[in-house]
Amino acid sequence: MADLRLLDAEPSEIERGAIDAVLGAPPATNGHRTARADRGSRHLLLPALRAAQRRVGWVSEGALGYASRRLSVPPAEAYGVASFYALLALEERPADVTHVCTDLACALKGATVGPGELPSPCLGLCERAPARYRTVAGEEPYEEQLPAEAPPLPQRDGLRLLRRIAAGVDPASLDAYVAAGGFEALARARELGPEGVISAVTAAGLLGRGGAAFPTGVKWEAVRGQAAQPHYVVCNADESEPGTFKDRVLMESDPFALVEAIAIAGLATGAVKGYVYIRAEYPLAHVRVQHAIDAAAAYLDGFEIELRIGAGAYVCGEETALFQSIEGKRGEPRNKPPFPVEFGLFGKPTAVNNVETLVNVPEILLGNTTETRLFCLSGSVERPGVYEVELGTPLRELLELAGAGSVKAVLLGGAAGAFVGPAMLDIPLTNEDTRAADLTLGSGVVIVYDESADLVGALLRIAEFFRDESCGQCVPCRVGTVRQEEALHRLAAGRPHADELQTLAELAQVMRDASICGLGQTAANAVASAITNLGVFAA
Amino acid sequence: MTTLLAPKKLLEVTVDGRSVRVFEGSTILDACRLLGIETPTLCYGDTLTPVNVCRVCVVEVEGARTLVPSCSRRVEEGMVVHTDSERVRTSRRLVLELLGSSVDLSTAPEALAYIDQYDAKPDRFGADAARVEHEVKIDNDLYVRDYSKCILCYRCVEACGVDHQNTFAIAVAGRGFDAHISTELDVALPESACVYCGNCIAVCPTGALMSKREYDLRQDGAWDEEAQEVVTTICPYCGVGCNLELHVQDGEIVNVTSPDDHDVTRGNLCVKGRFGFEFTNNRT
Repeated sequence: MADLRLLDAEPSEIERGAIDAVLGAPPATNGHRTARADRGSRHLLLPALRAAQRRVGWVSEGALGYASRRLSVPPAEAYGVASFYALLALEERPADVTHVCTDLACALKGATVGPGELPSPCLGLCERAPARYRTVAGEEPYEEQLPAEAPPLPQRDGLRLLRRIAAGVDPASLDAYVAAGGFEALARARELGPEGVISAVTAAGLLGRGGAAFPTGVKWEAVRGQAAQPHYVVCNADESEPGTFKDRVLMESDPFALVEAIAIAGLATGAVKGYVYIRAEYPLAHVRVQHAIDAAAAYLDGFEIELRIGAGAYVCGEETALFQSIEGKRGEPRNKPPFPVEFGLFGKPTAVNNVETLVNVPEILLGNTTETRLFCLSGSVERPGVYEVELGTPLRELLELAGAGSVKAVLLGGAAGAFVGPAMLDIPLTNEDTRAADLTLGSGVVIVYDESADLVGALLRIAEFFRDESCGQCVPCRVGTVRQEEALHRLAAGRPHADELQTLAELAQVMRDASICGLGQTAANAVASAITNLGVFAA
Repeated sequence: MTTLLAPKKLLEVTVDGRSVRVFEGSTILDACRLLGIETPTLCYGDTLTPVNVCRVCVVEVEGARTLVPSCSRRVEEGMVVHTDSERVRTSRRLVLELLGSSVDLSTAPEALAYIDQYDAKPDRFGADAARVEHEVKIDNDLYVRDYSKCILCYRCVEACGVDHQNTFAIAVAGRGFDAHISTELDVALPESACVYCGNCIAVCPTGALMSKREYDLRQDGAWDEEAQEVVTTICPYCGVGCNLELHVQDGEIVNVTSPDDHDVTRGNLCVKGRFGFEFTNNRT
């Protein structure tokens, strides 16, 4: 690519320094030619752009051009990548920016966007709504989640995955983790060997907690058996489903458990390396997980784990979009098949698992096999937060635990999930029961709406969310999410077209049937369920 | 040393009740074409890697949760495919309605024909339905970009990139409904890496990319495709031997293309072959 025409603008010395801090000092070059050492480093594009923005507050033409020169990425593609991610600014703005969550849980708590502030999709801080995320660029850049103080866990008894958190084990102390039994499971995994680990996970019936409920053992076995090398494990910590914050709590308050679990996954699947991809909006999780990775080195036996940070894109929680993002590309989901177990990160066999799924594994290896699930309670409840209950617990019991009063509706599973009416609250929280009722546990979201709630407003916010977060690749989702939002606005204003509900139903069917990925396939679920289960817009 | 490859396996699949044997690695679309089953495609190009984004080629595969894109889904032994079920027709029709309601398809003959064939009604979403709107970009003498006609099929990006030209002057930028084809920071083409091969024009299915000559004639109401004659010749400029198709109207060359199935060009030309014909119009 020696003859690529490159952006002429030069970076400032400060920007150059920030990018070099990520990419290393520039090797000797022949004019504009990319040095051999930098070729094949495109996967460092997002870290480089992030570094520039953290230093000066935005991605200038000079910074974009310098990053694309260093990494041999065509400038048009680098621009395509930078303009994909909502948190990267391509126009100059103040160094100190506040993003205000205007999503479902925060809207219920009266979120308002002040002058100079930016509205944001769900920040994953629903238990302390209304929430904000502040990014401060400069010599010592930092990000903070507001309110800064995390409330204590609302539940004390019957905890399995959350037990160390409830016991107050210091998340920044390796010794405290080890004293609490940490890394015993990894030692056990080494005794069992890959096959032993996989059969234990399969025997325990562990299903993915990210939304799709795929059997983890089957996934790992499939990766392990692939002839192509190397294999990777990827922890999907891009938790962005509105109303979800359980993975954040796990990463912030029990990060060593995740590191141990990733090492076990690596051992079971024959992976050479593990990646953790955490959404940008979780700065405390970045710090805690990175610290845990570094501190636990002595236990990892040379297994490398790398932290990658997103840049504001819900769709990157889709596993193949997440790979694209790590590879330095736009977060556009790939068509499947081929599936990640065969063609994953960098085109290699990859086991990708969500945080909650992974932290189940050490428990299973230590014989602690009771099936529990984490739920994220928010909205009109007295005690919002993460709850851990046995699979099969009725929804009503969970609501009582969190102190829900009169319930008009519950959004179960997230924006990609479905609304449940008061008549359905006795449903047992299992994959089978929810599926039979056309519902989903999804990512464990439980947002409670009381009698005063504006459900139509919630539907409009959900439709807006999907329209904003669609990657734009396939027609059903790119245009369908826009048409869905338009139809809802007409219905909300009492000026529907003829057959408006029929149009919505058809959009729902086609987005589900013909979209490339889960985002488009589920973008109409909540709306359709509100019409069916709650009678919203009933004549 | 000669490496002997294992002979390709033949797989038996059923499409619309008819059984057919195709080589392993074939797509469902290949099987459909073998059987003479017409399948609409917009983002698919014979010379390009399928990106399966337009979703008009979707078909129903028994046992699959969703519809699948026939252009890129490889056949499997025993696969049973339906290309004309109610579910497939509904999906194709609505996808065409979504495109027709958001993009100017006036110079997209294939898309218009599909809209007709599937009885799609793009105006069902009303006059206020959001549309893709961009100013026409005329920033050079050779071609014009009107992205309000762009269905985002990615074909130009692929042709400019690894599939053909390896120039990488354009990419998809933005996200969602705002996604669009762009140079870096939306700079004008002369500021970009563009080499004016026009291979993006050759693969554009909607007329969003058009030679300046064609654009000007259309603006003047003088473009008359019916009256054009296509003359096949060989490019006179160098020794590669590219086949040219000269589109001649009223005794003047108005466009130059090359056939997709030509061994040398696979539909591609360089700036000279595609645009270097003006001297023939100089009669003084």
